[in-house]
Amino acid sequence: MMMENGVPKVELGMLHSEGLEPGSLLQRLIVLQQKHRFIPEQEITRLAHTCNVTEAQITGVIEFYSFLHTSPRGEYDILVSDNITDQMQGSHLLADLLSKGLGVALGTTRNDLRVSLDYTSCIGMGDQGPAALINGQTITRLTPSRIHQIVQLIEASTPLSQWPDAFFQVDAKALRSDLLLKSDFSPGAALSSCLEQGPTSIFNRLEQAGLRGCGGAGFSTAAKWRFCASAAGEQRVVVCNADEGEPGTFKDRFLLQSHADRLIEGMTLCAAAVGAGIGFIYLRGEYRYLLESLQTTLDKRRNEGLLGPAILGQEGFDFDISIHLGAGAYICGEESALIESLEGKRGIPRSRPPFPVSQGYLNYPTVVNNVETFCNAAMIIQQGVDWYRSIGTTTSPGSKLLSISGDCDRPGIYEFPFGTTISDILNQCGAHQTMAVQVGGAAGRLIAATEFHRTIAFEDIPTGGSFMVFNQSRELLRAIENFTQFFKHESCGFCTPCRVGSSLLVKQLNKVMVGHATTKDLEEMSILGSLMQKTSHCGLGQTAANPILDGLGKFPHLFQSRLRATRFEPAFDLDASLEEARQLTGRDDPDAHLEGGGV
Amino acid sequence: MSNHFTLDGVTVPFTTGQTIMDAALKAGIYIPHLCHNPEFTPHGSCRLCTVSVNGRNVAACTTPAADNMQVENETHELTTQRRLLLKLLFVEGNHACPACEKSGACQLQAVAYHCGMLAPEFIHFYPKRAVDASHKETLIDFNRCILCELCVRASLDVDKKNVFAISGRGIHSHLTINSPSGKLGDSDFTTSDKAARVCPVGAILPKHKGYNKPIGKRLYDQSSISQVGDVAQHQEAADE
Repeated sequence: MMMENGVPKVELGMLHSEGLEPGSLLQRLIVLQQKHRFIPEQEITRLAHTCNVTEAQITGVIEFYSFLHTSPRGEYDILVSDNITDQMQGSHLLADLLSKGLGVALGTTRNDLRVSLDYTSCIGMGDQGPAALINGQTITRLTPSRIHQIVQLIEASTPLSQWPDAFFQVDAKALRSDLLLKSDFSPGAALSSCLEQGPTSIFNRLEQAGLRGCGGAGFSTAAKWRFCASAAGEQRVVVCNADEGEPGTFKDRFLLQSHADRLIEGMTLCAAAVGAGIGFIYLRGEYRYLLESLQTTLDKRRNEGLLGPAILGQEGFDFDISIHLGAGAYICGEESALIESLEGKRGIPRSRPPFPVSQGYLNYPTVVNNVETFCNAAMIIQQGVDWYRSIGTTTSPGSKLLSISGDCDRPGIYEFPFGTTISDILNQCGAHQTMAVQVGGAAGRLIAATEFHRTIAFEDIPTGGSFMVFNQSRELLRAIENFTQFFKHESCGFCTPCRVGSSLLVKQLNKVMVGHATTKDLEEMSILGSLMQKTSHCGLGQTAANPILDGLGKFPHLFQSRLRATRFEPAFDLDASLEEARQLTGRDDPDAHLEGGGV
Repeated sequence: MSNHFTLDGVTVPFTTGQTIMDAALKAGIYIPHLCHNPEFTPHGSCRLCTVSVNGRNVAACTTPAADNMQVENETHELTTQRRLLLKLLFVEGNHACPACEKSGACQLQAVAYHCGMLAPEFIHFYPKRAVDASHKETLIDFNRCILCELCVRASLDVDKKNVFAISGRGIHSHLTINSPSGKLGDSDFTTSDKAARVCPVGAILPKHKGYNKPIGKRLYDQSSISQVGDVAQHQEAADE
């Protein structure tokens, strides 16, 4: 790799061999994991020399990512998706069937190394679950019958390539289309517009349209692209965040599978506008099944002169994209942790400032945007500002893709105008006797029935798209427990409040679940939650307590009904016991009293 | 452009590029911290230095000072948060002060005293952690590691040896050693390393000495850490 001032300069030519960027330590580890079923020690030593890092650092990377291992996994590595919506569809019973049928305990590898079985965080198949990953390939719609067949196939050592195609079927159609999905896409149209009218025109139009990020944070897309374009740096980078790890979110999965063309157009448009030469799609490891089809789309665009050198015949406009896989770490959906991961490191979020638009990938100005954001950007430039503003609200123009799962007749992908009410959404997906909706994933908000008149909008209930429905029969505490355990599992561990707090919340909630908690324990959860919100290093820690805090706030009876006593009773009233001392010393000031028992 | 900000009402000067922490330290104002050491790149992991800037919480060690910033440091809310963060650290590891060689000269303990921590509050983790006594001169007690990564930074930036690293994720994060056995004994580490002198707690300790300063004469026995300063500042000379 060419070095310039000690910083590796990424060359166009090295980008797209076998779809994986060869320079990155993480991508090499992913290849090794697939080949050997773990990372052998000799490979760690070899990589230490090649990548100029220590073996301890390499082990540090391996142990960070859920899909990398230092000891062998089974020939068949089974990971069962463990989101609450999977559980609602019976995933645990199916996992038990697998465990018994194969004679392998959950969380272990069988002695003969034939099979490993474990749970994993939501793999984004809430509309066609329960689902699992086997050797990185997605298997959907698990039933006892399908489990039985899988057991037989594994015992017979049948290669995955010979398993029934139906097992791997992932449907990719939208159940409700609106502005974005109903509009036809013209490859190259948005790009041509940029080349003819210039970057400023693009920024202005995106700003007038009011496009905001579609991954959940909702930052102004025009502002982000502008910042990057004007930042100092020798090259600029465009990154698509296809990590879609928020539980219950699978709308990017749909776009990646059925509208990859629009995504690439959007990324290339961005490259043209900010002056970028290299791009990455950071594809979550759980979506590995999409790797081939995405490569096909990239190749098609290259053949059509829409990607690569001299795009649309424009000399000097060279831009290409390579795909990097994730390896099982939700935190890598956070843009600065994603960049660390692209650089082959542990996915620890960076301190900000500086923001990625100033110093991102290899410290170059970098745009990181969500899949849906790039698709929208392309369509807005193609169709025009008025087209985008024709639906939605003033503050939230346009539409939002939702991925709906849980207790409803028709789970799947829905495109709704911003400003649509929760009630409307529930009607259209066939939800009955809904008790609550979790909007925005585990990091989102728990919406009770009294709030179903509220709308999906940045000014009301914002969301990256996850929409999980719970009916009256459900034990909501199980959902809260599932989300709380998720954050403990996915915390990167860098900062004190999240690393320790997320584990303490699990312990405290468990006390509630087993009936050993008192009101003091509920207070402690509030205290911990507030601490995490206010002092965490990144958004994960800041939202990890939301499920418990929302539960305590909106469904307090769920907790109260499980308490051991209705009040924590110390042996005596602490404040009253100081009364004699106060009288003797003639004091009644605040320091002579104990409020809340002191800290 | 005045190059001043206010910290609890006090005007503090700064030069361009300085963080709030840098400028405060220079002005002799104490913002509690554990993972910060002015000799190394700011880390931002302990979160003790969280201050309120124009109503928003940020880590003082990684936030650049800006003109006319209104910063709050010693408020009741922030001190309470710091106490809670310290309590989290105390239950995460196994911090048995009465038996620890670092007691009285320990930054974790001293900051806890400064912030008014009297007792733990949360469920203890009681993790099973090892002691690495393989090196002839230096002991590592992982029970006490607070993941400040000062040893990691020192070994990388100053010693150019890269002896220490962090492995695992989340609550399973832990300090590791780059050596064939994974222990300190067969690593490149020597007692003259910078990494041997930056640990703020009793995790990296010189062997063959302990409790050599009587109670009353230890680093933090007479004054608060806010006046005495960090452990690492005083640790330059190898302990006698």
